[in-house]
Amino acid sequence: MIGRKTTDALLYLDGVTVSFDGFRALNKLALLIAPGEMRAIVGPNGAGKTTMMDVITGKTRPDEGDVLFDGGEFDLTKLDEAAIAELGIGRKFQKPTVFESHTVEDNLRLALKAPRKVLPTLTARRNAEEKARIDELLATVKLDAQRRTPAGGLSHGQKQWLEIGMLLAQDPALLLVDEPVAGMTDAETFETAELLKRINRTHSVVVVEHDMAFVRELGVKVTVLHEGSVLAEGTIDQVSADERVVEVYLGR
Amino acid sequence: MIVQRLAGRLGLSERIFVAVVVALCVLVPLANLVFPPGSPFHVSNASVVLYGKWMTYALLALSLDLVWGYCGILSLGHGAFFALGGYAMGMYLMRSIGTRGVYGNAILPDFMVFLNWKELPYAWYFFDWFGYAMLMVMFVPGLLAFVLGWFAFRSRVTGVYLSIITQAVTFALQLSFFRNDMGFGGNNGLTDFKDLLGFPVQAQSTRAVLFALSALALLGGFAIAKAIVSSKLGLVLIAIRDAETRTRFLGYRVERFKLFVFVVSAVMAGIAGALYVPQVGIINPSEFSPANSIEAVIWVAVGGRGTLTGAALGAVLVNASKTWLTAALPTLWLFVLGALFILVTLFLPKGIVGTLGAWFADRRGKP
Repeated sequence: MIGRKTTDALLYLDGVTVSFDGFRALNKLALLIAPGEMRAIVGPNGAGKTTMMDVITGKTRPDEGDVLFDGGEFDLTKLDEAAIAELGIGRKFQKPTVFESHTVEDNLRLALKAPRKVLPTLTARRNAEEKARIDELLATVKLDAQRRTPAGGLSHGQKQWLEIGMLLAQDPALLLVDEPVAGMTDAETFETAELLKRINRTHSVVVVEHDMAFVRELGVKVTVLHEGSVLAEGTIDQVSADERVVEVYLGR
Repeated sequence: MIVQRLAGRLGLSERIFVAVVVALCVLVPLANLVFPPGSPFHVSNASVVLYGKWMTYALLALSLDLVWGYCGILSLGHGAFFALGGYAMGMYLMRSIGTRGVYGNAILPDFMVFLNWKELPYAWYFFDWFGYAMLMVMFVPGLLAFVLGWFAFRSRVTGVYLSIITQAVTFALQLSFFRNDMGFGGNNGLTDFKDLLGFPVQAQSTRAVLFALSALALLGGFAIAKAIVSSKLGLVLIAIRDAETRTRFLGYRVERFKLFVFVVSAVMAGIAGALYVPQVGIINPSEFSPANSIEAVIWVAVGGRGTLTGAALGAVLVNASKTWLTAALPTLWLFVLGALFILVTLFLPKGIVGTLGAWFADRRGKP
């Protein structure tokens, strides 16, 4: 079934079904992300947003369906988390997870694109190129001043940004960003939208988010998930005018 | 060059640690051999053996800290690696007894003659050769750690489940080594050693040298552990300890890193065991007892997890108290040990070195 370059899409999901004890978290989900695209995924709780992320990153194996990456080149259902990360899919979790006892700088250093095997890691040494890259990332996520602060000492918003910085450090082809503005102030939310737009100039991005104001700020194509499949797709104005979407969101 | 790079990274407590161990390595044998008994500077033969034992315990604690303190792998079976290293050394010592045994058999150790065995079991082949025995001191614990780690880490067994497995492994080994059929001396273990590379193990000078070697091994173990934890691999280990899933999503094969550090640590524990056996003069299945492994965990907790020097300090402090208390109030020791663990967990979660380190860092922060 897997041919080379069978699709133009960077990420291709079709007929993806995942059940947990009879509960269908994903139900024949189909989704296409084009190279260079930024997509916002919205949906009520339990719509399957996080499960979808889990399937793409190899944390959960789908019961059936295709999950292909890079124009059909790679079948993600056959790879583990580390292999998928190395292919170039980076993930930011819903709850910010950074390495709390490492400094901001070391967090980024661990994320930087570099050999991930045991021995090269043991013998790796700091170099100027690495430092320049870290400086650049620190500037991008506005954490220059916190360079030597242990990540555990950052504010919630700063942790979110650090994690986005760690994603960027991996230089992935595709960034999966799960609820980046949960718990952020309005100013931080606005900054995060700007940051993601900047990132999108050079990377494809999938953003899962509840916050409609934020999604509107991004100004990209929106996919609405409901009960594990796609309910509607289009601009934010189109989907928010869709009666079924309104019904799902506001209740019957 | 590596030594210089490493030395540059040492903190205050680590410099003190290295200085103290180097000093002990020189002064203890000197005080024992040069100053006559009765001199205030004399260290008795019994004390040399005791301190030598503590050095090997400190190395065991260091190896445990490497996996527990830095990678979050709470091994409750590190005593097994220690004992296996000890058995490998014991087998060499047994075979070098030769015809001087009670039964005078040139090939078979006494216990085999006693059991009426006619041939040397395969496991004992080549153990008359010191080089091979030393290889086995490292290989056998390393192999056990590799096999155990391979299955456990690949299956993502973590936390308390992993601890229970390691505990079960050491207990299973204890039971098997108790059996005479196993071919390692059963209940009595291996003892009555005569000499090591031609040097009589009971001799004062041999013991002084063994003490110095134990101190050197502790320094060597510290250097290796320090090199590992201060490399980028060390960052990965701590990352695994603090957020394993996140590390995996960054593209690191967590199980391989765990396996690497677990095997290194087991080899270190094996070497500690090999140095322990000629000094105490016996190795038997009680060394595999789960309680031993748990005690080692307490040493590390008392001294301070994730500090390396703390682990070594904890091993020495707890064992010094044990030596003193088991003489003064023998029945009380286990209660004291238990209480110590509870108190440290409640009031000094970072252990002695960790707490002092944090305190100094605080003071430097506030001028």
